[in-house]
Amino acid sequence: MLVLEHISKAFEGNAALTDVSLSIPKGTTCALIGSSGSGKTTLLRITLRLIGADQGTVRLDERPLSDFAPEAWADRIGYVPQEGGLFPHLTGEHNVTLVPRLRRWPVARIAARVAELAQLVALEAAVLQRFPHEMSGGQKQRVALMRAAMLDPPVMLLDEPMAALDPLIRSALQHELKTIFQRLGKTVLIVTHDLAEAAYLAERITLLHAGRVVQTGSYEDLLQRPADPFVTSFIQAQRTLPSLAQCQ
Amino acid sequence: MRAPGWLLAWCGVLLCASRVATADIVVGSKIFTEGYILGELAAQTLEASRPPVPLVRKLGMGSTGILFESLNSGAIDVYPDYTGTLAEAVLKNPQLKSVPEIRAALLKMGIVISAPLGFDNTYALAVRNDFAQAEALGTISDLARLHATLRAGFSYEFMDRQDGYPGLAERYRLGLDPGHVSRMEHSLTYQAIDQRAVDVIDVYSTDAKIRKFRLRLLEDNLGYFPTYQAVWVARAAFVAKYPAQWRALEHWEGRINADTMQRLNAEADINKRSVAQVAAGLRGATADTQTLAGQIGRRTLEHLWLVGVSLAFSIFVGVPLGILAVGHRRTGQVILTVSAITQTIPSLALLCFLIPVFGVGTKPALAALCLYSLLPVVLNTFTGIRGIDPRHLENARAFGLTPRQILRYIILPLASPALLTGIRTATIVSIGTATLAALVGAGGYGVPIVSGLSLNDVPTILTGAIPAALMAWAAHAGFNLLGRLIIPAGLQS
Repeated sequence: MLVLEHISKAFEGNAALTDVSLSIPKGTTCALIGSSGSGKTTLLRITLRLIGADQGTVRLDERPLSDFAPEAWADRIGYVPQEGGLFPHLTGEHNVTLVPRLRRWPVARIAARVAELAQLVALEAAVLQRFPHEMSGGQKQRVALMRAAMLDPPVMLLDEPMAALDPLIRSALQHELKTIFQRLGKTVLIVTHDLAEAAYLAERITLLHAGRVVQTGSYEDLLQRPADPFVTSFIQAQRTLPSLAQCQ
Repeated sequence: MRAPGWLLAWCGVLLCASRVATADIVVGSKIFTEGYILGELAAQTLEASRPPVPLVRKLGMGSTGILFESLNSGAIDVYPDYTGTLAEAVLKNPQLKSVPEIRAALLKMGIVISAPLGFDNTYALAVRNDFAQAEALGTISDLARLHATLRAGFSYEFMDRQDGYPGLAERYRLGLDPGHVSRMEHSLTYQAIDQRAVDVIDVYSTDAKIRKFRLRLLEDNLGYFPTYQAVWVARAAFVAKYPAQWRALEHWEGRINADTMQRLNAEADINKRSVAQVAAGLRGATADTQTLAGQIGRRTLEHLWLVGVSLAFSIFVGVPLGILAVGHRRTGQVILTVSAITQTIPSLALLCFLIPVFGVGTKPALAALCLYSLLPVVLNTFTGIRGIDPRHLENARAFGLTPRQILRYIILPLASPALLTGIRTATIVSIGTATLAALVGAGGYGVPIVSGLSLNDVPTILTGAIPAALMAWAAHAGFNLLGRLIIPAGLQS
């Protein structure tokens, strides 16, 4: 269970987040949605412990973030950066195994885990020997997902995982992600600006606007019981396919 | 980075090269043929004296300023010089004419001179024989007639000394057009006059090239030039500590006349015999000369030592400074500015500044090379790290890497192409600049280049220049190989 309690953060006097609370029950997926500038990235960075909050706490299974040593916290949060964020000087495999090697895992254990995850994300072994610039966008995302899952963290954080992918691959990967999340039983926070993606992947959606939570609930809640007129206008602004009548 | 292998090999090379140091007596000399011959004569005489004392030659170090400074600081013990030079350049008192006067004045500074060796090598002006005939020139006074068109090529020392050109022009009322008076490296003035690029040059009266280039000395009819009697100059402490050795040097007092000296100079300059052979010939002994391969081998070790130490310095100091400069902006600006300013100091001037601090020999040369190799490494480290996408660094932190691990596994590999470029530049510049180290007696490939230049001897120059070029080429190739080994494959194009 990942809980964010009353988080506030200001940069040089400008509030980026105001009293944001969010709770993701164990084994569920929450989508954090909002337009750019809504505070998504700041919240993500606080959860990753890259910056501190001015007020409020982040808790994992009741224990506050400050209870953990920095590495211990990082080991419990599997992170998939935008566009995968693979290190360009390392092969896919070395990207995936960097942290376990630093944690002095036995070689055999690393190899077994790599094989297991490669199967899970449906990646051919040969791709892992390539450097990031030799991979397709989808392959990079799969490798990044393996890297995040390597230490078997209870929580996974994904930052705009589909943004750079073309529509066909995006749809396939969305489907796979959903299966993977279900099979692994992870607590997942996924940051996106695409409502359809959020609705497809997540049980609960949190809509962030101007540093505040506007509404948290299921897709159906947002659609049928909007907490605020902004919810409706945000939903309507999402691109929908025009009807044939509109085209004629 | 897979460094330990090549690092160990490098350290081995440096250790071998370091054996070239430590001696009890250091003999210096000025940087022209006669200086070399007399310096070598002193060295051979001391080597033959009993009891034996380890000795090092620092021949061809530069002009009087550098030699006397080195003598004062104890970096050298003895060198040959001339009474006129000592009175003018050291004692700053051209009125001192006699040897006893000069000796008394120097003794107050803790310096001892021998009695004159027997010849007077004074300044003189020389013109081509045909030019002298055509213009009916016999004396320096005759030059005044040609003041409007006469072109002169004078050495730096001659131009700058009070008893050189400035006083001469005044005494003889020469009135030459300043635009027609060129300052040149002394050994090149002969070429210049031979090719009719200039009409008159300054020479030393015992110079063998006067005959070779068919020049005529103009009579100093107003008695302007002071006398320049060759003497041994030594630290009083040296004379007290090694009385037997000093007596061996005194054996030469009054034994080398002007004819002998001109002949010795001709042996070296025109017959291209080695300075060691010429000096040995005078001593009636056979020179203990090394084979060419042996000489090049020894100089290679000396050169490698100079380049290796400055390379190690640039890596172990320059890279951390570059990293520091990224982390602390203020400090960074200071580091970058200081290393850039250092780079702008001409190498000869830097060597001169460093002699009072480090004496002569390997130390000032190493200090200069270290300073020069700093900027390329610091700057490339700085820009290399600054060029890394900051998202990679933030991701590394999010994955739980410690700052040290981020430096080791992310920053250094990503910056390695830039780093290696900096180190490669520093090395190749160092190989070139290290040839100047010979000017302060640090040895290396510069020794034959500097002495060949002052003896006007191209083959000798090449025995230094070719190995230096080969070393630079080898360094270039070595770095290409090293790049393939340590730059991560994902970053290689």
